[in-house]
Amino acid sequence: MIQQILFVLVAAFALGYAWLNFMRVRRNILLGQDEQIGGNTGQRWRNVLLVAFGQRKMFKRWIPAVFHFFIYAAFLLTQIELIEIFIDGAAGRHRFFRPALGGFYTFLISFIEVLSVLALAATIIFLIRRNVLRIARFHKPEMKGWPFKDANIILYLEFALIICIFTMNSADMALHDNEYGFAISRFLSPVWSGASETTLHAAERFGWWGHILVVFAFLNYLPFSKHLHIVLAFPNTWYADLKPRGEMENMPAIMNEVKSMMGLGATEDAGAGMDEIPEFGANDVTGLSWKNLLDAYSCTECGRCTSVCPANLTGKKLSPRKVLMDIRDRAEEVGRNIATGDKSFAKDPEKPLGRDNYQDGKSLFDYITREEIHACTTCNACVEACPVLINPLDPILKLRRYEILTESAGPADWLPMLTASKTEGQPGR
Amino acid sequence: MAEMAASGESPEILFWVGCAGSFDARAQKITRAFAEIMTAVGLNFAILGNEESCTGDPARRAGNEFLFQMSALQNIQTLDGYGVKKIVTACPHCFNTLKNEYPALGGNYEVVHHTQLLQELIDGGRIKIKEGGAFKGKRITYHDSCYLGRINGIYEAPRSVLAALDADLAEMKRSRANGLCCGAGGAQMWKEDEPGSKRINIERTEEALDQNPDIIAVNCPFCMTMMSDGVKAKEKQEDVMVYDLSELIVNAIVK
Repeated sequence: MIQQILFVLVAAFALGYAWLNFMRVRRNILLGQDEQIGGNTGQRWRNVLLVAFGQRKMFKRWIPAVFHFFIYAAFLLTQIELIEIFIDGAAGRHRFFRPALGGFYTFLISFIEVLSVLALAATIIFLIRRNVLRIARFHKPEMKGWPFKDANIILYLEFALIICIFTMNSADMALHDNEYGFAISRFLSPVWSGASETTLHAAERFGWWGHILVVFAFLNYLPFSKHLHIVLAFPNTWYADLKPRGEMENMPAIMNEVKSMMGLGATEDAGAGMDEIPEFGANDVTGLSWKNLLDAYSCTECGRCTSVCPANLTGKKLSPRKVLMDIRDRAEEVGRNIATGDKSFAKDPEKPLGRDNYQDGKSLFDYITREEIHACTTCNACVEACPVLINPLDPILKLRRYEILTESAGPADWLPMLTASKTEGQPGR
Repeated sequence: MAEMAASGESPEILFWVGCAGSFDARAQKITRAFAEIMTAVGLNFAILGNEESCTGDPARRAGNEFLFQMSALQNIQTLDGYGVKKIVTACPHCFNTLKNEYPALGGNYEVVHHTQLLQELIDGGRIKIKEGGAFKGKRITYHDSCYLGRINGIYEAPRSVLAALDADLAEMKRSRANGLCCGAGGAQMWKEDEPGSKRINIERTEEALDQNPDIIAVNCPFCMTMMSDGVKAKEKQEDVMVYDLSELIVNAIVK
């Protein structure tokens, strides 16, 4: 009974606290500009099913893809066991599903056990890839410090989780004269031979509690970690851009302005929204689209984008992954400051703080340097590489637009080209 | 185009030459080669001449939307004025902008890249390749331009054109969707590389040279500049030639 009460309390706290932090992430994503994204639900479902569920783009590099798939499959199926743990924990039952499912239960748990062994192997291999083999894309400058630790912490948690599962199952089997017949634990339960019933019971409880506590810890760790992709990969693939890759987003305000300049009978809404001095492009997260921010939060810092970026490959500062990490970090900062309610962050102290009423003397350019955005060749290799359909190019181009259109700045090298385009209709050589 | 329109003719297709094809000495050869092919097969085409301005691709990618809109809207006015329906261009940047970006501004045309048209003409038997031609047994490696390949998904048309030459085709390590940029896109053509350890065109040229080719085949005038500069920098210009696909075809057809 004490365990039941404890479980309900811990679960309520863990779920409640996680909820608050997931809402914080949602709030930060919505710091971005509104953008209607919809239509073509057929293609959107295909993206979610093939790219997110099916992990199709992961398999462009099959070695990490296979091991990642082990962890992913184990994670998905463990959810079934998790439901049982919840029922057992709250109702004070033991293996609630077993009587009803019978032989199928043995198969199910055995299947999860096999996947868990594969996931354990994958976890160890991933730790080796990061820490021993030192694969280049995990050791770029933007991965120094916290991002590198973050990745290892997740792997340690996975390791702990799997150890707990097998402690629980094997001790439980030893307690019940091995009648469960789980595929892997049957080989582990002899470890417990000679142990007293009290020890076995304690071990089983240790595994059970350890498992669920790691799950709760993991859940609460997610909104502070790059590992949010396990949730956001799904909405991110759903909302992925479906227009042709080569099409840059049109800017109707400028189009209509130019049309009226050329006497081309501008369309009805010409001049709309031009009452105040317009800002074009983006210099901060509040000027980007919410989808750009969803992209940033979906990024798990795998670095496939950076490892194919021609600029990065030739030693330039640009790293598409860093652009996304910077956008996310800046969104965190702006969101945190707005949440304080401190009026010194308000442009207009009379109005409540918010996306459109915020300034802190900083911008995205304090995170992403001009040199980085100037190095992009718009080759789309990063867009092609991302396993969860993040578009790192779009925010780079929005920053460029801000620089040229709003600040009238940009690389001096471009001046002759832009001048010639304007006066001669050709960019010149 | 103006002359044709004046005499009441309308061409089958408009050849969009682009800035490089018009003004760059090396790329002018591509323009001439492609025009020669179209003439040889009796394709009735026209060019805009002085009425053609930049599609606006470099300005837009540099971030100057204002300039892009000015160029684009002016071009759309010109194209619509002549009632142009179908456009072919030897530049993947022009191709991409005309095809994917002009519709949002009200310019709707059927746009093909010259490698697609070449494939069509070869498949339809209008271009006949000489038996045992100049390229038989030559080793050719093909460089996918970003704007034709990864961005517009056209990988096979240029390869099937090359296959018609009966040459020995060698794929680079990074090809098709994984192809490496030459370094010119995104208006980089008009500026120096940002500080780094290497120029992008050198990285790509080295990869091409790994295949020991006689010829590096390209489909883009900017890739042409980048790869030619790369070959020169590696002092291989005596052994390795950089050609556009149309230049290879024009030397292999039965006229």
